[in-house]
Amino acid sequence: MSTVDLGGGISRLTSERTVRALVVVAAVVLALDLVRRIYTGSLTLGTLGFYLWNGIVDGLVFGLAGIGLSMTYSILRFANFSHGDLLTTGAFSGWTVAYLIAGAGIADTSSRLLLRADGGAPPGQLDLQILGEPIAILAGLVVAALLTVLIALAIDRVVYRPLRDAGGIPLLIASVGVALALRYFIALVYTSQNRAVTASSPEWSSPVFFWTEGVNVHELTMVVSATVLMVGIHLLLQYTKLGTSMRAMADNRDLALITGIPTERVVRATWMIGAGLAGVAGYLIVLDRGTITINLGWFLLLLIFAAVILGGIGSIYGAIVGALIIGLTINVSLVWIPSDMNEIAAFGLMILVLLVRPQGLFGGVETA
Amino acid sequence: MSEHGDSRPQWVTDALLIGGALLATYAVFTVFGLVLGLDVNGIVSTLQRVTFFAAVYALLALALNLHWGYTGLFNIGVAGFMAVGVYAMGLLSSAEQGFGLPLWIGVVGGMIAAALVGLLAALPALRLRADYFAIVTLGLSEIIRRALLSSSLREFEIGGQSLGTGGGSGIGFPATEGVVDYVLYAGAERGGDPALLGSLLFPLAETVGIQPSVVRSSVYTALLVVFVIAFYLVLSRIGASPFGRVLKGIREDEVAARSLGKHTNTAKIKVFMLGCALMGLAGMLWQGSRGTVTPSQFMPIVTFYVFVALIVGGSGSNAGSIVGGLVFAAALWEGPPFVRRIIRANMDVSTPTTIYDALLPLADLDVLPLVGYLVGSLDEIRFMIVGIVLVVLMLWRPDGLLGHRKEIAAATDLSRPSRRAGREGVEEGGDP
Amino acid sequence: MSETSEAPAEQRDAGEALLAVENLRKTFGGIVAVDDASFSVERGTITGLIGPNGAGKSTTFDCITGVYTPDAGTVTFDGEEITGRSPPAIADRGLVRTFQIAREFPEMTVLENVLLAPKDQLGESLWRSVAPIARREVVEQEEELVEQAWETLEFFEIDHLAREYAGTLSGGQRKLLELARALQTEPSMLLLDEPMAGVNPSLEKKLLERVHDLQERGYTFLIVEHDMDVIMNHCERVIVMHQGSVLAEGEPAAIKEDERVIEAYLGGEN
Repeated sequence: MSTVDLGGGISRLTSERTVRALVVVAAVVLALDLVRRIYTGSLTLGTLGFYLWNGIVDGLVFGLAGIGLSMTYSILRFANFSHGDLLTTGAFSGWTVAYLIAGAGIADTSSRLLLRADGGAPPGQLDLQILGEPIAILAGLVVAALLTVLIALAIDRVVYRPLRDAGGIPLLIASVGVALALRYFIALVYTSQNRAVTASSPEWSSPVFFWTEGVNVHELTMVVSATVLMVGIHLLLQYTKLGTSMRAMADNRDLALITGIPTERVVRATWMIGAGLAGVAGYLIVLDRGTITINLGWFLLLLIFAAVILGGIGSIYGAIVGALIIGLTINVSLVWIPSDMNEIAAFGLMILVLLVRPQGLFGGVETA
Repeated sequence: MSEHGDSRPQWVTDALLIGGALLATYAVFTVFGLVLGLDVNGIVSTLQRVTFFAAVYALLALALNLHWGYTGLFNIGVAGFMAVGVYAMGLLSSAEQGFGLPLWIGVVGGMIAAALVGLLAALPALRLRADYFAIVTLGLSEIIRRALLSSSLREFEIGGQSLGTGGGSGIGFPATEGVVDYVLYAGAERGGDPALLGSLLFPLAETVGIQPSVVRSSVYTALLVVFVIAFYLVLSRIGASPFGRVLKGIREDEVAARSLGKHTNTAKIKVFMLGCALMGLAGMLWQGSRGTVTPSQFMPIVTFYVFVALIVGGSGSNAGSIVGGLVFAAALWEGPPFVRRIIRANMDVSTPTTIYDALLPLADLDVLPLVGYLVGSLDEIRFMIVGIVLVVLMLWRPDGLLGHRKEIAAATDLSRPSRRAGREGVEEGGDP
Repeated sequence: MSETSEAPAEQRDAGEALLAVENLRKTFGGIVAVDDASFSVERGTITGLIGPNGAGKSTTFDCITGVYTPDAGTVTFDGEEITGRSPPAIADRGLVRTFQIAREFPEMTVLENVLLAPKDQLGESLWRSVAPIARREVVEQEEELVEQAWETLEFFEIDHLAREYAGTLSGGQRKLLELARALQTEPSMLLLDEPMAGVNPSLEKKLLERVHDLQERGYTFLIVEHDMDVIMNHCERVIVMHQGSVLAEGEPAAIKEDERVIEAYLGGEN
């Protein structure tokens, strides 16, 4: 067990407390500064509202992706570096279907099958936005989930299952391999061209959204879908037998084995839920951004890890809260730092949490 | 695997192995070159390039082997530590964007900077589990890269001196490759009159048709090989010592090592700093060789390349790290473009823009467009292969080709004292 | 083993507490693992520490040796308070432990395992292991260490396994190796956590003989053991823990008759 003290006894404890106190002080200072800025007018409420909304949008999608990462981490006992590429898989497969449907009769077959790899049929021509082609987009969402699940299960069968008892590090390395192979397989099929695949989002104005004249409907779709899925997962884990088994396995795999929980079935369920949510998350991110690239998920992976670690590995609620914190951090931090430094703030926060409270805010399972 | 009682010292075995692998690689690439109809200059240039990449990956794999193979520190922030080394060197020695100090000060400073950033990471992070440690180091390397990319550090001032990372357009500084001019040209002026080694090499090369630029690169590559040997010697000494034993103890079971009175934290910090300094040095010798770098040269993928090199060779083995660097450079880095050139030279292939256009002609049993597409997508395929190699190694050969983490950590012969006495010719019945 | 027999020689005057634990307390979350435990171990004795599963014996070991920092209480060793010090610092003082499940270094040979242990190895400094001239001293010391390691392996009769990787050893052999390794640090006191677990009877006999040999040389032992015969026949004093506290302390014969002890063991099984 690595929970034992590898540091140096008392001195470590006090230094940890010092760091913790510093973190609290820093948070209070920042909060006060925020109030000051609003009071003096150097930061308008509208701008802050804009940052907060973006933070929540980002946070919810990270949360969706983070649930799966957290579940595989706690149940399969390894940091899955290919999780980001499951997002990419979902994004490409889902939008391919959306394009196939929405592009019928408008775009040529190659563009419809390969998401404009040939550069033809821009999304505006297809009116590919949520109000224009709701059925195509919904179908894409479903396929994004299903296909990502299938691919994750296939990978588990070929790669992770034989390594089940090999320990965290060989699995981690294998997952790096899977990440590369998967990402560049997608690149081989779809080319590594960055391209637009959705039409610009309609806007909806309502006094509820005080910071903006019209809220982006695609973002609203993301928020609603993510929230619905999260509630669904909550119900699944709390009120079904499968959910109980999964929580038991996350808590203590060996004990779960002894008590006769069908491990492989739980593992399969883990991949299905985790990969399904990851696929949806990738798909929704493209809905918001409008563009798709093979590095979509890989570039987000570290932020998702940050969210999961922040919340505490093994706790899906932790993952959601952690993701919201990360989402808010990368957006609200723009008050103080330039936009090309905001992810540094998020990674810094993750490292800080690992150092001060490695079990995460929600004290997830500390596995050996 | 060298058992004791084997009369051949470890380094001889290793040298034979590495030399053999190198010769085989050269043979393959010479054949490639001949197939393509390259002249002597082209072939030598090819071999130089293969050796260059083999050497830089060997340097990095050796440094990583100290962390991961010996000590079990799962550092996946190699690219970040390289970046720190190169950028620190750049800021110290660049005339336009830095202090304009002599290059050697820049190199030493770069190593120190990399070691210090390593310390910064190590002090708190070393008590984390291996997978958390991995995420922290990856996070750190991304923080470094993004900071270098950031416009806020593009230009700043320290003590009246204007410095800058140059953001996305990078930083320029005296190229480390320039050091070879000291032995090649009079006054160390590139393109000047040949001097010293130059007066010997240039005429010799000219008679067989090798251009001066290839000679220059080859001399620099030879310098890299010298560095590989130096890394190997230093790391092997560390490995075969009580310090190396402590590192192994940390890798195997840190709690047990601590319970035996080993101050593992100190050892980990030392070894982490040393490894980071070596990664910084390797970065300077590689990415610094052209005299300009941008943050995009330090993407996390570089770290995974080094991991592939190390794991292919077999972590824990210094010779394995070198062979791994060679295999990686030859088979995965330089090999595929050659295959592409050979295919393109010998087959009349076009490159369709999409896989759709490549697959459609299959209906007419025309495979050429598909071949053309695959050849055109060689970069993607190369990445895929790197990934598949990692998976396959984990499934079938987690210990690598030369797989063992079992080089004995001791500074002396380990045979029973009585036997050792016997071998020295002292006829003695054994110890009391 | 000339050097090991010298070191603790002056510590033979029995009757004085070498290790004293006072009001030790350790909790995990809401669970109290060690609750106000106090006991002492006299110099030169073999003392047994027994108790039903979950009585807090291993946690007590962990608190004494610095693996855990106790929440309250003190640990005094050889007249000096060592509470909350790091494991290596405590091992440096001469208090060395073995583990309930042997923690050998699996991918190191048996000989390497034993060679790792000795204190103050010159070559444990990074620069000495590399620098050309300084390394000569390292090699010289290394030769002595190798000799000493072979002697220790012979003493434990596992010298024929010297070149095997420790991970390939049987459970009992690992226990011997762990003890051999711990001895190489030249401690004055050894804490053995279930040294007989998984050891076959003939090996167990051998191990006990070794322990008695070492006791005669002046070593002090605190042994956690489930096998009552071992405890009753080989220990001079027995400490009984129950639910994190010390329930009884005394001679084996007295402990055997103690109502509370019998109660605790029977109660624990029901």
